[in-house]
Amino acid sequence: MRGLIRYFRRNLSLLVGSSLLLLLVVFVVTGHFVVDVEDARALSVRPLQPPSWRYPFGTDRQGRDLLAVMVAGTPLTLRIGFIAGILGVAIGTVLAFAAAYYRGWADTIIRGIADIGLTVPGLLVLIIIAVGIRGGLSVNQMALVVASLAWLNPTRTIRAQVLSLRERGYVEIARMSGMSGPAIIFFELMPNLLPYLAATLVNAVSSAILASIGLEVLGLGPIDAPTLGMTLYWVNFNAAMINGWWWWWLAPTVIIVLVFLGLFFVTVGLDEYANPRLRKSA
Amino acid sequence: MRMIDIVRRCGVFAVIVLLAASLNFFLPKLSGQDPVRTKLLQQAALGGYVHQGIDDMVKLYEKRFGLDRPLWEQYFNYLGDVARLDFNYSIANYPRTVAEMITEAIPWTIGLLSMTTLLSFVIGTLLGALLAWPRAPRWMAWLMPPLWALHAIPFFLLGLILMYLLAFQVPLLPIFGGYSVGVQPALSLAFVLDVVRHATLPALSIILVSIGGWALGMRGMMVTTMGEDYVVFAEGKGLRSLTIFLRYCLRNAILPQITALALALGQILSGAVLVEVIFGYPGIGTLLFQAIRENDHFLIQGIVFTVIVALGLATLILDLVYPLLDPRITYQRS
Repeated sequence: MRGLIRYFRRNLSLLVGSSLLLLLVVFVVTGHFVVDVEDARALSVRPLQPPSWRYPFGTDRQGRDLLAVMVAGTPLTLRIGFIAGILGVAIGTVLAFAAAYYRGWADTIIRGIADIGLTVPGLLVLIIIAVGIRGGLSVNQMALVVASLAWLNPTRTIRAQVLSLRERGYVEIARMSGMSGPAIIFFELMPNLLPYLAATLVNAVSSAILASIGLEVLGLGPIDAPTLGMTLYWVNFNAAMINGWWWWWLAPTVIIVLVFLGLFFVTVGLDEYANPRLRKSA
Repeated sequence: MRMIDIVRRCGVFAVIVLLAASLNFFLPKLSGQDPVRTKLLQQAALGGYVHQGIDDMVKLYEKRFGLDRPLWEQYFNYLGDVARLDFNYSIANYPRTVAEMITEAIPWTIGLLSMTTLLSFVIGTLLGALLAWPRAPRWMAWLMPPLWALHAIPFFLLGLILMYLLAFQVPLLPIFGGYSVGVQPALSLAFVLDVVRHATLPALSIILVSIGGWALGMRGMMVTTMGEDYVVFAEGKGLRSLTIFLRYCLRNAILPQITALALALGQILSGAVLVEVIFGYPGIGTLLFQAIRENDHFLIQGIVFTVIVALGLATLILDLVYPLLDPRITYQRS
């Protein structure tokens, strides 16, 4: 515990990032005690009330209590991000190790697909997929849609890391002592890449949340779920900005900003942990 | 650069185009929707009764549209259409063709994106270079944390905040659209100024977010470059510090930034689509938003294809220009 505190004092980004995320968790958990989550459905409360003691975040035009929407929606949005991010990094790690350790034609194909896929604007491909499925996506389906492209970036970056690691002396020695390929990958390469994989994961979660919010704002999200992106869709749909209903967009905006800032600082902190040489330039 | 490299790079571009077209063709087929039947049933429901011979009608129409042919024949027909840039009619705005609507919207997006990408790249890169430079003014270090934090926020969210501050609370700039309502687009100074005023907020929300990323990348590269022997040697020779900064450090450190730019174009575009939607800017993003709302499949497919091809082309050009900037790269295999 003491060591952890001491480390946080050296790695401020990690401290700031994890505090922001912790703040959100506390908000969601206490929120569940303070407010009835059922009020996140339309027609639950009086519409278009500005923030007051009764409704601290105000209410929207369809009669949702925005505090309840935030308490119910924040975990949903995070869930999409984590499912898609974890799937993306898992697939990416397998492909990257297969490509970088064994090289050959597998490497050519995997690298080719990742390179081409990354130059294509992901949101547009996701739109084509989401439009194809139509008929109401659920939150979990949404995560799968986003995950369908979430492996491209991890594959590319992890592959580059493995390529530099596999030439190291200890890998060479393991190979010469007759260790099998999978054993080298699991016992020699993987442990050294763990911090890097963690940073990649946080990054992937952040991109997945961004992609899901993008789809939702365009109206392709789970229409009856109170996620943060869907709230912004209704904000745009009802022209809340021009009508002066500032509280409607303020709450989701603040929470989304906190999510992205938190994840960003955690990535920076983990990068520093994974690669202490960065400290010199900081 | 050798001829074979140019050919190979163009081959990659051709693969991107083919993939984009195939995606558009096969994904809707996989989803098992039957547009002809759906449309006919809708029409029949509008007429108030269910038509007895609807199956025969579906067959007839499928024959007329060539949908009764084998899949591979349909596929090649589709590729032929796409090659002629014929994306069919818009479903929701019937007599208008998809190509026509895209042609109308795309100059707006190209204008906004090229300006914002160029400005943020130049400003961010210079800022990053200066941040690593020991003789840069002290106050610049204070710029970095806010730019960093902004970099983590999506474009359109900053757009919402800016819109509230600079268009709603303090009505400095227009809140919506590409030009004032009632103004006829013309090549006059007044119209150009009007367009620039309308583009300011969307552009600002993209630029402010992007700068931090470019500055961060550039600073890292500058730090590495400044440690190189040739920089120490240049200092030892007593070269002017501006010369060292521009010709020795900046010129070398900027190369990875350009590679990063080629990779970032897709992400920038994805973000800009949402900015356009928020500001009702009359570009490709808003058109796409309308198409999704109206379930206009042909328009959605046309837009996605056009944008992927346009971005592929931009990346191709960047790749072909790169060896001019870095004479060491000749695309030769070691």
